[in-house]
Amino acid sequence: MHAKLSAIALSVAAALAVTGCGKKEEPKPAAAPAAAPAPAAKPEVLVKIGHVAPMTGPQAHLGKDNENGARLAIEELNAQGVEIGGAKAKFELIPEDDQADPKQGTLVAQKLVDAKVNGVIGHLNSGTTIPASKLYSDAGIPQISGSATNPRYTQQGFKTAFRVMANDVQQGKVLGEFAAKQGAKTVAIVDDRTAYGQGLADEFKKAAEAAGLKVVATEYTNDKATDFKAILTKIKSTKPDLVFYGGMDAQGGPMAKQMKDLGINAKFLGGDGVCTPEFMKLGGPATEGHYCSLPGMPLEKLAKGPDFKDKFTKKFNAEIQLYAPYVYDAVMVMADAMKRAGSVEPGKYLPEVGKTAYEGVTAQIAFDEFGDLKGGAISLYQYKGGKLEYVETLGGGAADASKAGEKK
Amino acid sequence: MDIFLQQIINGVVQGSIYALVALGYTMVYGIMGLINFAHGEVVMIGTLVTITVAGLLAAAGLPPILAGLGGLIAAVLCCMALGWGLERVAYRPLRNAPRLTPLITAIGMSIVLQNVAMIAWGRNYLTFPAFLPKANFEVAGAHFTAIQLFIVIVAAATMAGLMLLIYRTKLGMAMRATAQNPAVASLMGVNIDRVIAAAFVIGSALGAVAGVMVGTYYEIAHYQMGFMLGLKAFTAAVLGGIGNLAGAMAGGVLLGIIEALGAGYIGSLTGDFLGSHYQDIFAFVVLIVVLMFKPSGLFGEKTGDRA
Repeated sequence: MHAKLSAIALSVAAALAVTGCGKKEEPKPAAAPAAAPAPAAKPEVLVKIGHVAPMTGPQAHLGKDNENGARLAIEELNAQGVEIGGAKAKFELIPEDDQADPKQGTLVAQKLVDAKVNGVIGHLNSGTTIPASKLYSDAGIPQISGSATNPRYTQQGFKTAFRVMANDVQQGKVLGEFAAKQGAKTVAIVDDRTAYGQGLADEFKKAAEAAGLKVVATEYTNDKATDFKAILTKIKSTKPDLVFYGGMDAQGGPMAKQMKDLGINAKFLGGDGVCTPEFMKLGGPATEGHYCSLPGMPLEKLAKGPDFKDKFTKKFNAEIQLYAPYVYDAVMVMADAMKRAGSVEPGKYLPEVGKTAYEGVTAQIAFDEFGDLKGGAISLYQYKGGKLEYVETLGGGAADASKAGEKK
Repeated sequence: MDIFLQQIINGVVQGSIYALVALGYTMVYGIMGLINFAHGEVVMIGTLVTITVAGLLAAAGLPPILAGLGGLIAAVLCCMALGWGLERVAYRPLRNAPRLTPLITAIGMSIVLQNVAMIAWGRNYLTFPAFLPKANFEVAGAHFTAIQLFIVIVAAATMAGLMLLIYRTKLGMAMRATAQNPAVASLMGVNIDRVIAAAFVIGSALGAVAGVMVGTYYEIAHYQMGFMLGLKAFTAAVLGGIGNLAGAMAGGVLLGIIEALGAGYIGSLTGDFLGSHYQDIFAFVVLIVVLMFKPSGLFGEKTGDRA
């Protein structure tokens, strides 16, 4: 029901935006006005948390997944009756849609800044997170992304930028090493020209070449494409052992299928963007035996993982796509910092975010001086019988050391 | 060489789909000088309806091929009704308005249909069920599948049927007369409203067939899939000379081949200076070049009163 309502609201907003009548009014959730008058017993403080992800377009399923993660965290916080600086905190989620488009990303970021949110969770894509992070930094609003993995996000020197997931330097390096370990000698690389896809492909390329692999083809697509036959045909002529894709599941799945149609027998390898149930749904049997990686450890292997999975599926009646647990953690880390600071003022609790030591669902979360997750491990998975099967976890301590070399 | 052949196969299959969609644009334009930008969305609705209906039929125990056929019929009927409704609601009241007005309505209808589809079918990618057996052939080192063969054959048959309709039936004659001069045609007893409605209905039916083929080929569907497809098909129609049926078909196939070869060879031709991410601009570069040197398109005749 909620999903339907928000879909209608979104479409109305989209229609308004496109027809350009310039109205700034946002469809407000119906519950908001009713909640305003608080019982006088205790002072209440409203905490506005902005959340940004693509809610329309090819990655809308991931955006919805992220938003559900944030929603779950916020409802739990409200149910717990968290107190911040002696006042009862009431958390409110302000969801925004950036359409995975960098231009739209900065637009909604400005909107959140104008709305004086206390903190921002997101965005989903690196391509939208990076330009938006400047606006949040200028406004002094802490931002925690649960999914933007491009290293540049935290290397811009913004004190407000954090992420609760290993970055692509760590992930690309592990993927490169893994490719060599699988016995691949030649590799073709495809990326979708987004900050995430290109960044991951570049890091993978460095690591693969360092591990002695030969890159025989570099091809490109975009994050809305459905036809890859032309570039795959070209790749086929170079006879690679492995095809690496830096991009998201909506393209990766059909790509795996078209590889099979063209008679390419190479293994497919991708990063977190294709490590989803959606990838297997779209790719069908053609995904069998291919590999992908995810930052962190599998949920089943984490203390709080199975519990989170239960809560999530029960509440939303949907499978976790990808980043929901990370986004959930991001909200919890932000609330935790507010609690320790005893304030919801961005300027006051920001220093506490950096000092986080929080046991989250996805990892023991602590940030380094850049705002990156400390000791981010990367796990590899294989698609088997319509399920992601855990293969191994690489990196962690080792990936951290390598990152020191990257810092400039 | 096998790579070249493979790229040609890729291009012809893709191009057949473009051609079918392009026919919808060109028919409407030829008769009333309107670019129906909502046509791509009609194609999308056709694909999504097929998924739903075929899914229901398959759940009722029908074999996949029959379920697929049922889905196709439902999609064609649904899109015909949609095409008729679009014309009735969005374009007929504006028949005598300035030319820009129906164009804006068309874009508006496109947005409305996208959002309706998003609400009805959700934001996720949907998988299109596999109706046809998977068979892979190899000829001279080039791979093609039964589905690709099926697409080209169905497209060719559909287009032949349309040609028969336009040049061998009374309705076709009325359509050609209306295209030449609506006022005179109506004086000769042609019911213009009916002819225009027929153009929308037939164009939309072709769009539904194209939508089912897109779904069968890529096995995925999404509420935004119609936009880029529509734009490419429109390009194909202009490339072949908009308003000209044979031109739209040739333009579609040509565009598919140009894209496939472009994406396949641009890297090696420019020494990796330009990569395959320029695949999409190929279509539009070709369009600009054609329009610069032959504004009426490759097969378009000079139509003074339309220009």
